Amino acid sequence: MTHDTRRLRRALLHLVLAVIAALYLSPLVYMFVTSFKTREAAGSTEPQWIPDPVSLDAYRELLGSADSPIMTWFLNSLAAATGHAALVLVTAAPAAYALARLRFRGRRTIFATVVATLFVPPVVLLIPNFLIVNELAWVDSLPAVIVPAAAGAFGVFFLRQFFITLPGELEEAAELDGCNRWQIFTVIALPLARPALATLFLLSFLTNWNDFLWPIFVLLSPESLTLPAGLGNFQSANSIRYDLLMAGAVIASLPVIGIYLVAQRWIIEGISRSGLKG
Amino acid sequence: MSLLTEEMGRPGTAGPDRPGGAGKTPRMRPWTPYAFLAPYLALFAVFMLLPIGFGFWTSLHEWDINLPAKPFVGLENYLELFDPSSVDGSRFWTAMRATGIFTVASVPLLIVLPLLTALLMNGRFAGRNVYRAVYFAPYVLGVAVVGFVWQFLLDGNIGLVNHYLGLDVQWTNDVAPAWVALVGVTVWWTLGLNSVIFLAGLQDIPRELHEAAMVDGASAWQRFRSVTLPGLRPVTVFVVNATILASANMFGQSYLITRGAPADQTKTAIYLIAETGLRQFDMGTASAMSFILAAFLMVASGLVFGAFRDRSARR
Repeated sequence: MTHDTRRLRRALLHLVLAVIAALYLSPLVYMFVTSFKTREAAGSTEPQWIPDPVSLDAYRELLGSADSPIMTWFLNSLAAATGHAALVLVTAAPAAYALARLRFRGRRTIFATVVATLFVPPVVLLIPNFLIVNELAWVDSLPAVIVPAAAGAFGVFFLRQFFITLPGELEEAAELDGCNRWQIFTVIALPLARPALATLFLLSFLTNWNDFLWPIFVLLSPESLTLPAGLGNFQSANSIRYDLLMAGAVIASLPVIGIYLVAQRWIIEGISRSGLKG
Repeated sequence: MSLLTEEMGRPGTAGPDRPGGAGKTPRMRPWTPYAFLAPYLALFAVFMLLPIGFGFWTSLHEWDINLPAKPFVGLENYLELFDPSSVDGSRFWTAMRATGIFTVASVPLLIVLPLLTALLMNGRFAGRNVYRAVYFAPYVLGVAVVGFVWQFLLDGNIGLVNHYLGLDVQWTNDVAPAWVALVGVTVWWTLGLNSVIFLAGLQDIPRELHEAAMVDGASAWQRFRSVTLPGLRPVTVFVVNATILASANMFGQSYLITRGAPADQTKTAIYLIAETGLRQFDMGTASAMSFILAAFLMVASGLVFGAFRDRSARR
């Protein structure tokens, strides 16, 4: 292949990829643009890619509305996602460490059982987990959206893959220095696992922040909803107020987009690799 | 404690039983590993193992959360669902059909398009990671945001989709366009996920294999058939299975964009299960539905594993 044809092919490749990328982002750009339009402009039949006039009306109306307390939903989502991600780390990290590094009776059985549940269709958990959460008197409160999902096997599975790769010499050295198992775990293993822990925290946070099916059924009163659940109800009441819907969508996506811009590489590597080593 | 470990640890490390290496376990109290596992296993028991059994138990009862009496009815819930002339049965199979249509229509696209995207991106060139980040971006958004945006873009009167395509389609009210819309939105939303998994798989294929094939004079297509595809097999099995599961659990798109319309034709099985169990509180019937759906999914997974195994055996 000559130098020129190679350059031509490369230019073509860039052209194709760039066109797809532009098409890919345009819905999000239009969401953002529309959220700064007036009610009339948002409902116009002519596409308008630059809002004229630029208006904050939608945000003002959304934030000022009494029956859709969007700031409360935002804070609920923040608390739920942070709490859930923290719970996943605190429970999955020691469990994954034990399954990766310690030898004990029942290790294989426990690991096999945990992994087997990765193949259980989550739909079978929906009704009974609602009943269990109801029994715990958690319906309509944040624990319902923080705790049950932390039983998923993904976190343990994900961190175990990492702990298995740790060199044993470090642990032996720590043991010679008089560390017990818990100290070896907290002083040696956890600091080394920081990238994996950060990735798992972000993935758990994002999953919980975006969760929709479970919160719309398990949270009921307006002041206890998470953002997606609140917006879901809000949509049924305001189905053609696209200025408001887009402003709500922007508020719901801001934290996620922020995290993505900062940690995009970790998130993608974490997700793309987690499926491979099974 | 630390003194003790030190004294006991030293001879242990020098001992002949397990010389060095990654698998070596220093001495510890017998209950230590279980203490590490306990917090997670408590969650796992209450919210994973218990509900699997409890869900099946519920499906054998006429179970309304608000009624004190929950009579045992054996397999009656299942029998009713398998009777297409019953009210629950006909609703259920309409929903199963919707789930089936969506899965069959979306999974091939969600395998082929991400694979093509990954192949395009599988080279070393400037900006590759930017493209990867852009294609993946929609996936980090929640279905609520995705649903809002596309409800707007697909609006039959003012939506951009009709405007730019010069169409006058009621995307959310007519059956065939509704499926096109739901599948299209899902492809836009999740294409990046499967792409990055395929891309990671492509990069794990040793370069030498391609080089060896080139030396043997293999064309690009031959290399794709005999090096790339076989190298991707484990990744593909994973992606196909995960995508079938995800598509068969489609809920938010239909809930937000079409609301199951028209006439419940796009109301998926999980949508009906949630509505039956958690709105109408007919939890026995809803649990029975979820086990039937789960059985279908497990058969589908089995078929996928079987299909991929057969092909490798023939080689």
